[in-house]
Amino acid sequence: MSVEPLIFEKGAPGRRAATLPALDVPAEPVEGLVPPHLLRQEPAPLPEVSEIEIVRHYTHLSQRNFGVDTGFYPLGSCTMKYNPKLHEDMAALPGFALLHPLQPESTVQGAIQLEYELEQYLAEIAGMARVTLQPSAGAHGELTGLMLIKAYHEQRGEGHRNLVLIPDNAHGTNPASATLAGYRAVEIKTDPATGGLDMDRLRSLLDSQGGQVAAIMLTNPNTLGIFDQNAVEIARLVHEAGGQLYYDGANANAVLGITRPGDMGFDVVHFNLHKTCSTPHGGGGPGAGPIGVKEHLVPFLPGPLPAKDEQGNYYWADPGPLSIGKVRANTGNFGVLVRAYTYIRTYGPEGLLRVAQSAILNANYLRHELASDYEIAFPQVRLCQHEFVATAQRQKQESGVTANDIAKRLLDFGMYAPTVYFPLIVHEAMMIEPTETETRETLDYFIKVMRQIAQEARSNPEIVKTAPHTTPVGRLDQALAARRPNLRWKPGQEATHGLGQLL
Amino acid sequence: MLERLGLRSMEDLLEPVPEEVRLRRPLNLPPALAEPDLKRLMMGMAARNKSLDRVISFLGAGSYERAIPSVVPHLQRRSEFVTSYTPYQPEVSQGMLQAIYEFQTMVCQLTGLDIANASLYDGATALVEAVFMALGPGGQGEVVISAAIDPQYRRVLRTYAHARGFSVREVATENGVTSLTALEAAIGPQTVAVAIQQPNFFGCIEDVKAIEPLVHRHSRTVFISVTSEPASFGLLASPAEYQADIAVGELMSFGNPLSFGGPALGFLAARERFLRLMPGRLVGQTVEEGSARQTGYVLTLQAREQHIRRERATSNICTNQSLLAVGATIYMAALGKEGLRELAALCLHKAHYAQRQIGALPGFEPAFSAPFFDEFVIRLPISANRLQEHLLQYDIIGGYDLGRDYPDLANHMLFCVTEMRTRDDIDRLVAALKEVAA
Repeated sequence: MSVEPLIFEKGAPGRRAATLPALDVPAEPVEGLVPPHLLRQEPAPLPEVSEIEIVRHYTHLSQRNFGVDTGFYPLGSCTMKYNPKLHEDMAALPGFALLHPLQPESTVQGAIQLEYELEQYLAEIAGMARVTLQPSAGAHGELTGLMLIKAYHEQRGEGHRNLVLIPDNAHGTNPASATLAGYRAVEIKTDPATGGLDMDRLRSLLDSQGGQVAAIMLTNPNTLGIFDQNAVEIARLVHEAGGQLYYDGANANAVLGITRPGDMGFDVVHFNLHKTCSTPHGGGGPGAGPIGVKEHLVPFLPGPLPAKDEQGNYYWADPGPLSIGKVRANTGNFGVLVRAYTYIRTYGPEGLLRVAQSAILNANYLRHELASDYEIAFPQVRLCQHEFVATAQRQKQESGVTANDIAKRLLDFGMYAPTVYFPLIVHEAMMIEPTETETRETLDYFIKVMRQIAQEARSNPEIVKTAPHTTPVGRLDQALAARRPNLRWKPGQEATHGLGQLL
Repeated sequence: MLERLGLRSMEDLLEPVPEEVRLRRPLNLPPALAEPDLKRLMMGMAARNKSLDRVISFLGAGSYERAIPSVVPHLQRRSEFVTSYTPYQPEVSQGMLQAIYEFQTMVCQLTGLDIANASLYDGATALVEAVFMALGPGGQGEVVISAAIDPQYRRVLRTYAHARGFSVREVATENGVTSLTALEAAIGPQTVAVAIQQPNFFGCIEDVKAIEPLVHRHSRTVFISVTSEPASFGLLASPAEYQADIAVGELMSFGNPLSFGGPALGFLAARERFLRLMPGRLVGQTVEEGSARQTGYVLTLQAREQHIRRERATSNICTNQSLLAVGATIYMAALGKEGLRELAALCLHKAHYAQRQIGALPGFEPAFSAPFFDEFVIRLPISANRLQEHLLQYDIIGGYDLGRDYPDLANHMLFCVTEMRTRDDIDRLVAALKEVAA
């Protein structure tokens, strides 16, 4: 198959696409304005290409990329639902896109209003007192939330609390965020009977070290797609020990209008607006990770916060003296917030409830239909939430076909793969999240293909083990990439090969 | 589908959620709106903002108004890029992976350094990540930063410092640039890293060539350079040319709309020896397995990252700013080698023309004599607030009120003039200022 050369391998000296405004002021000699020793000696060797070369190059690259618009994307815990086109148009309105973050408040009334109202919507959805829209992504929300918890404990004279309890099925960002917040992560096992948190382990940890526990971080439903029945009891126990409860909202698509983290007893929750509110993922970002908090944590929120005075004017309110400070420049990923606002106004209360219900129904349907050919993790749990974990353990045992092989084979059928080898506690895990926006026909096609792959694993395992066969490139040498890191192009680097084979 | 599951209703499906936590009322949210109605509402809200296409703005202070060639959004918004996830399955994600590899290369070209990552949230958090790299896994130690670093960046760094437990020492400025004597006195064997912004928050050009030997007098001290106005890379010495070890900053203005300050685009480049300490995603070039050996791109060195290393990861970052990195890549390709230099020269000359004109008005005085790039500080004859109100009558937004962050710079305004301002814009500003001149 063909290779697209790098942009650096195209063009010719002197070629250029962009034109710049005219120099319409008198120009003093540069050397008189900038001390010569502080001037650049070697110009940055950016590409020299014409506009049509740029257009063809990046068009070709986009054609070598799979998105939700290309096909089914059952990537577990990532909530790859359809991204409405309306979102893109709204974020691109000049009245939103062309705003400087430091403009006087009187010139950005609509923007502060949008943030003010979105904050209230998210607080209602989460069952929280207030929300900050500042965190840039889920992991950033986690860190901000833990900082709030830390400030809260310190203010109460309990700054010695240094442990954060995290289930073994948690997203990797949870323990990483705990470390950055200056905490030590303590892992709690999953109860093999229920798929929820091991309550005995939790109780004994709280008995022995409860006074050291700053918080517990939970995802509910968890990454196994299982709703933890003990949520309220966990909240009671941790609160009794003086700890706080953090809710990882990565799986919030399953709870919209059904239950609220605040009602389950959580003190802090983050949203992944790029997941739940379908602002697109953009190939890895940008996202937005607002966090909601209960009343007792409000004084610690980062500022400024959007506010409204009695005349109906919007302004930025400074947080009080207890605020943890800023966690990023400016007030948030506004372009993403515009899309999330649009999403919530599109659906309304009944619509959001239907979103969650349909997401759960679609996941249960797939889980039910795939159970004949694949082992399902925690099959004793009758119903899953918005996602579930199937495994390739049977295939691996019978024919050596792994979860990774099945993932690669799915690509041949024009579908993306599930999240594989996560959660870490399930061998050969394939975490499947269909989302609510897929049709019955798409789900049935996925089931058909998964059954065919199971059949291939029995009759012709090689075709699965060597997949994919129809993609722009075959399996890539990951070990080589890590052993001999090549992270940038350099002049004289051997031209990207592969094209020769085509000519 | 319910039938296949042996269920009678949606209510049956929700059985795993205990009754005590069920929300038994509709969410208190406004009702659903049809697309045309919602569009009208959103456009009404957008119209309540005076966007930059309707005013003449002289605001910079970390966010820069910049011309975006039409080719950038047209390609960046191709839905295969927009609607994809982090490229976990490289065989069907070559487009995004290759674009990020090109982005990493261009960040290396701008900074002159060896390696760059796939993006970070913004310039402020990029500075934090650079400090974490310097501190290493323990996260302890002292960092020295200039008071001429963007106040927002410094506030963010202090928030993280409190949580993680490292200390931050600030060095005062003199005539708009970091005081060399104060800097020399602040740096000791305990100093893990020194961070300087170039050009600094006041728009002034730091004498980084004089600063560098002070930093590297202690061989283990890491020199971090911060740049929030990337147009300066076209004219000013690159971080590599002044021996910086890590370069971070903000690239949002390259190809992406200001969008009220976010999403932004943090970048981070470093010397090769920092490879294993790098935060975030890294894309590497490799070849296919087996005999074909065709070139391809993958996420690599993932053992540094949170999904593998968990509590021992170099950073907690997962979602980054990929789509903005694609925009910046296309922008830089469109600008090209010569275009970047021309862009920098335009900013430099227009800003100097404006500074000379404003400085000639009675009561308006340049605050510093240090060389500057495309921002400059003016002492005002009236308060910054009153001046801003006066200018708004003419649909002009003046500069940033420095009194908000620097008490000794009350009644001082930081004006920014990028390539977007015409001579006519500047002359209109000067005419409006003349009305309040002493």
